[in-house]
Amino acid sequence: MGAAEEAAATFRQEAADLLERLEQALLDMEDAPANRGLIDTAFRALHTIKGSGAMFGFEEVAAFTHHVETAFDRLRKGEVEPNRALVGLALKAKDHMRSLIERPDEANPEAGEAILEDLAQAIEGQSAAPVAPHPSGDTPTNRQTTWRIRFRLPKDAMATGTNPLLLLDELRGLGDCSVVALTEGIPLLEDMEADACYLAWNVVLTTEQPRSAIDDVFLFVLDDMELTVEEVHPSSRRIGEILVERGDVSSQVIDEVLAEQKPLGELLVGAGHLSEQKVKAALVEQAHLRQASENQTADKSADSIRVSAERLDSLMDRVGELVIAQARLKQLTAISADLHLRSIAEEMERLANELRDTTMGIRMVPIGSLFGRFRRLVRDLATDLGKGVRLTTEGEETELDKTVIERLADPLVHLIRNSIDHGIEQADERAAAGKAAEGEVHLAARHTGAQVWISIRDDGKGLDRARIRARAEEQELIEPGAKLSDAELLQLIFHPGFSTAKKVTSLSGRGVGMDVFKRTIEGLRGVIDVQSQQGLGTEVILKLPLTLAIIDGLLVRVGTGRYVIPLAAVEECVELSVADDVRSIGRSFLNIRGDLVPFLRLRELFLTATPPDPYQKVVIVSTGDRRVGLVVDQVIGDHQTVIKSLSKLHADVASFSGATILGDGSVALILDIPHLIAFGQGSEMRLQAS
Amino acid sequence: VTKTILSVDDSASMRQMVRLVLAGAGYQVVEAADGAEGLTKAQSSPVHLVVTDLNMPKMDGMQLIRSLRSLPSYKGVPILLLTTESDEAKRKEAKTAGATGWITKPFRQEQLLAVVKKVLG
Repeated sequence: MGAAEEAAATFRQEAADLLERLEQALLDMEDAPANRGLIDTAFRALHTIKGSGAMFGFEEVAAFTHHVETAFDRLRKGEVEPNRALVGLALKAKDHMRSLIERPDEANPEAGEAILEDLAQAIEGQSAAPVAPHPSGDTPTNRQTTWRIRFRLPKDAMATGTNPLLLLDELRGLGDCSVVALTEGIPLLEDMEADACYLAWNVVLTTEQPRSAIDDVFLFVLDDMELTVEEVHPSSRRIGEILVERGDVSSQVIDEVLAEQKPLGELLVGAGHLSEQKVKAALVEQAHLRQASENQTADKSADSIRVSAERLDSLMDRVGELVIAQARLKQLTAISADLHLRSIAEEMERLANELRDTTMGIRMVPIGSLFGRFRRLVRDLATDLGKGVRLTTEGEETELDKTVIERLADPLVHLIRNSIDHGIEQADERAAAGKAAEGEVHLAARHTGAQVWISIRDDGKGLDRARIRARAEEQELIEPGAKLSDAELLQLIFHPGFSTAKKVTSLSGRGVGMDVFKRTIEGLRGVIDVQSQQGLGTEVILKLPLTLAIIDGLLVRVGTGRYVIPLAAVEECVELSVADDVRSIGRSFLNIRGDLVPFLRLRELFLTATPPDPYQKVVIVSTGDRRVGLVVDQVIGDHQTVIKSLSKLHADVASFSGATILGDGSVALILDIPHLIAFGQGSEMRLQAS
Repeated sequence: VTKTILSVDDSASMRQMVRLVLAGAGYQVVEAADGAEGLTKAQSSPVHLVVTDLNMPKMDGMQLIRSLRSLPSYKGVPILLLTTESDEAKRKEAKTAGATGWITKPFRQEQLLAVVKKVLG
């Protein structure tokens, strides 16, 4: 039993006792109407049932009991005298409460209404008040208001458990906030009480929340504290005006001092009209207001400028070159003793990184535009197939590189078609399976680290694992009876030659196959995850890198050549001990905390002639849940990699997805991880077969 | 660090309610059925927050608050009242005795959590 059910059971038990007590009191009341004690007992039982009902989630019980309690309150106050009819009604009400608590599904709301109505009539000939709606919380007003909040906590606030920092955090949570602490009240050290609160604060807050949200922050200290909250208008921005408006100084004084031509704040302090702290607080407010009004202006003009994609691409190229040049500079200065040069190089690195991020940001567009296109597709497909299908989306605001989004359109169309054609059942079939008549296709996008996950989920019949296996064996993609993990089995649907569906409909089974889909996603350096539960539906998750142009890589050395492994694919690096090395010859398996992981010797793969380093390292890489170890001579370190595509001549070379230029100007090839993993896992299968 | 909350209430179902909400939010909850037991438990191992009922046998909430505040180690530790007493006078008295804040029963689960977060951060 979960904690919630357990709590509900406790409530039922407690309520049963209380209802019993209520019934006894009511029955006794019939015989002794003058006994005040009985009315009190009944009232308290009702009150407790109402209270704990609301807490334990028995809303209807609480609402109903509330009305009965109201009626009994009149009895308790002596405004109404108990009589046989009233007790009869109260007993009926009690029975209704019991059924609401014990068999909420069978309770009849109309009967409850009728009881309440009769009860109200018996009390004063009026109909029952409608069930009070739950008090709705404050909703944001959507209008930005700037508040000036000045407060001083009671001196014993900290001793009684109030943490001023938390109050400030809560204020910061409401909106853009500038805080100044006023330290003038702090006494000399010898006079200070350690747990007394001497500080006061000035806060300028720009928020969409209503004024009451500010009072709520101070709820527990409101009675004893000094608090003023005033609205300020961003238009009054001059420090003198702010000081006058705050009542810190009169306008006359301002005029007098303004006659001399020094900074106003300085003058005011110098002339002893107010303390330096107050000027500082006002200056902070001024800065805040300026910022707030600038933000508003920025919001208005933040719309857009149209720039051709070509220009963006060339900007990206230049930034890429800059990042490379910067890496060379970094390498040179790292060995230089010239501190000036090094500090400039560090500054350059920071700027180059920021420039890179900004440029990548320019290329980002929300995925919502792509999702929007599928609305019509789903509708038309569903109509063609005579199925009811609803498309829901989530995370439309998730941003992704424009190129990635464009290349995603076709694969997604393919997946959605598959979902609707093969996944979602006809209405009668769904009804038989106890599902809603209308099927659902859910598209969702979200960021996780440097990746974007796009999920296409349907609540259809799910993938039939037995059929996938049967077809794969039939088409000789796997050995009959081969042992496959669930993930491997599901991945078979992406195998070239697998996709030919038994029945070719007008929608699926032609055009792009699943293998083409897989190649597109892998071309985007993405990974496909399939999850499916028979009878419940299928979810395909595409895990894509944020951008195609620059990646964080792990630089490794094999022989004399250097290679880059995309960092996102790297799980860990381990040492290949001599013992493991010798033992594994011809077997190529590594024991990683109990898991057997196949590994590839890149030295053999790349036909390296130079002698191996004495201590070989293994970099464990993964896509989805498949892992492979890559044996290298040396792990050099992380490397910001600007991806250059390979020339046409080399485009077909397997194992490499691109190249990059290193700090010293030499070229490093980028390893194609999905390919290597497939190769590594393949060699595992070959081994198992032999 | 998991924060520990002491829940003092004579009603078992109320304690269970508090535990359900707060343990579900990742706090560690220690329970006591009256003020005297609460005081003993608070003294035996320090807690980060005390949530207490007012009307209890043996030692009531008001006295528990006073006793806790007289201990040097409980100066500054937030104490929340969990009470059906909606009248101002009791609340003021508790505040003077050293309570940090309050929540009026009945409350919704998320209301309790919000108040706890408000004083614990």
